Amino acid sequence: MGVLTDISVIWPELFLAIWIMVMLMIGVFRGDGFGAPIAWFAVIGFVMTGFFVLTGPIDLAFNGQYISDKFAVFSKMLILLGAGLTVMLSFGYNKREGTGAFEMPILLMFAVLGMLIMVSANNFITLYLGLELQSLSLYIVAAFRRDNLRSSEAGLKYFVLGALSSGLLLYGISLVYGYSGSVDFGVLETVIADNLSGAAAPPLGLVVGLVFVLSGLAFKISAVPFHMWTPDVYEGAPTPVTSFFAVAPKIAAIALIARVLIGPFGDLVAQWQQIVTVLAIASMALGAFAAIGQRNIKRLMAYSSISHMGYALVGLAAGSQKGIQAVLVYMAIYLFMNVGTFACILAMRRQGRMVEDIDDLAGLSKTNLGMASALAIFMFSMAGIPPLAGFFGKLFVFLAAVESGLVVLAVIGLLASVVAAFYYLRVIKLMFFDEPVESFDRPAGSEITSIMTLSAIVTLFFLVGLGPVYSSAGAAARSLFGL
Amino acid sequence: MTVAALFFYLFAALLIGAGFMVISARNPVHAVLFLILAFFNAAGLFVLVGAEFLAMILVIVYVGAVAVLFLFVVMMLDVDFAEMREGFLQYLPIGSMIGIILFIELVMVLGTWVIAPDAAQIVAAPIPDASVTNTEALGRLIYTEYVYFFQAAGVILLVAMIGAIVLTLHHKPGVKRQNIAEQVARRPETAIEIRDVKPGQGV
Repeated sequence: MGVLTDISVIWPELFLAIWIMVMLMIGVFRGDGFGAPIAWFAVIGFVMTGFFVLTGPIDLAFNGQYISDKFAVFSKMLILLGAGLTVMLSFGYNKREGTGAFEMPILLMFAVLGMLIMVSANNFITLYLGLELQSLSLYIVAAFRRDNLRSSEAGLKYFVLGALSSGLLLYGISLVYGYSGSVDFGVLETVIADNLSGAAAPPLGLVVGLVFVLSGLAFKISAVPFHMWTPDVYEGAPTPVTSFFAVAPKIAAIALIARVLIGPFGDLVAQWQQIVTVLAIASMALGAFAAIGQRNIKRLMAYSSISHMGYALVGLAAGSQKGIQAVLVYMAIYLFMNVGTFACILAMRRQGRMVEDIDDLAGLSKTNLGMASALAIFMFSMAGIPPLAGFFGKLFVFLAAVESGLVVLAVIGLLASVVAAFYYLRVIKLMFFDEPVESFDRPAGSEITSIMTLSAIVTLFFLVGLGPVYSSAGAAARSLFGL
Repeated sequence: MTVAALFFYLFAALLIGAGFMVISARNPVHAVLFLILAFFNAAGLFVLVGAEFLAMILVIVYVGAVAVLFLFVVMMLDVDFAEMREGFLQYLPIGSMIGIILFIELVMVLGTWVIAPDAAQIVAAPIPDASVTNTEALGRLIYTEYVYFFQAAGVILLVAMIGAIVLTLHHKPGVKRQNIAEQVARRPETAIEIRDVKPGQGV
């Protein structure tokens, strides 16, 4: 296979990389005032990359360092959609708050490039490079308001803990390499399958390596007990950046974990199932209980995303094709719920200043019924009330867990979602039954309003589009299992 | 063989000792100097396993650039290291406990280490024979088979560069900067104004 074939396979990533460099040059030569057009160009770049992802060949490239399969295509489309919508959300904010420097969209595009490399990784080195590209860009955008103490703190905290998790990941990879002599997923899979099929217990070194790798990756999806950074980073980072954090990186990281666990470590399912189960239970429980005391809506969303990652891990713990399919559907739903909620948070502005307290939402239905209904839809959906989207996400995940015999896990998940419903419903109660406080600034901005409406419609009528999403997620899951 | 073993234990012992001194030295400048000693010993270990190129790179990049930069930073920044160490004794028991447990676990892992029987056959890039130098062997791989990794690493470095500029560069308004083109393009007509001053009136 020649280098041209390789290039045609990695063309989406290559195109995005070239697009970013061109935008970077334009930004450098046109100066700071050019931030807003570049943000638009970023969205256009995502759309074009998405087109290339959809039409690109399904193949391996560079001796199996890169893989493009249906699983990668599905995850990449979710990532690009999430990233595009959240970049669009940031337009108004950047204009007002002076975070409109052209480097912001450039760094977000670099982060997306890292995510695309991550989900197409078929080799531990590709995995690590993609992960670092994504993380490094995100550390910088978290600290983007460098004059703001909280933003700098968020960036620094994220960086230090992220570096630690990268260290864990690399140590784990080195142990796995030490056992098998390869970092290629395909080779690892055969080595593990050949040597462990008859063995009673896999070698200790390999299992410890797997645990380290899983710990490093769990940090990226902020699964408990690797979640400490999440609330502080979500609160400190500029709000559009937080909305970006909440969606695309989570999808990329969970897709990556799925690929690593199902691919090379597929035969060690008995080993990692326990770990993923513990991570899932701890995340769901902590996300449900710790969010109850939160008054800041960004911190609330941080705990909410921790618990959502817990539910996604339930599907992963099932370790079956159904489980992966459920995880992908869950992430698609998670994307719309979160983008919509963050659109509402970005519309929470009073006399030109952002407000973040949930008490500021009191009586919103009397001052702004449209936004209150949209937020209510997202909250009901996150709580898992049928027939909204969030219900189906949880349903498939729990069904997959039960089919794999993890009944206890599914029951704990159900209980946690009942507890979590409390704080989602409290927001709705505040909006609809409390005395109104001062109204928010109108208009919220056309991008915010339209994305809010779009997400609300998708969340509300998800049942209509469930069939195609479910079947394409199924095809993606099948490709991961090599069927 | 015994000479190689002797040097291995020498370098390894010095490396661990220097590493320990990096985190325990009171004076931060001494800590950086011990770090340099650690780098040199690591380079020695690389030479022992036949990776001369990596050894030289370690000395040039880490000792020559990174450690010297560390020294600059340590000397220039007014960091109160005594204050940073304040919680040291407080966290020492739990920290050392975790460290010891982790150490015992790792010893157990390494004690029962198994290598997959076919690991030797599947290496992606076997070591070439002695006629090919280290540098050439690495170059042949990095720019051909691993070009994808190489380019991705380049993008990461670009992001690091952008990040350093975004987070530290301040454009101060009101600072007068030298504009050479403007200076060169100055003509007498734009620079000098000739006024006919009438006696007793001033300008």
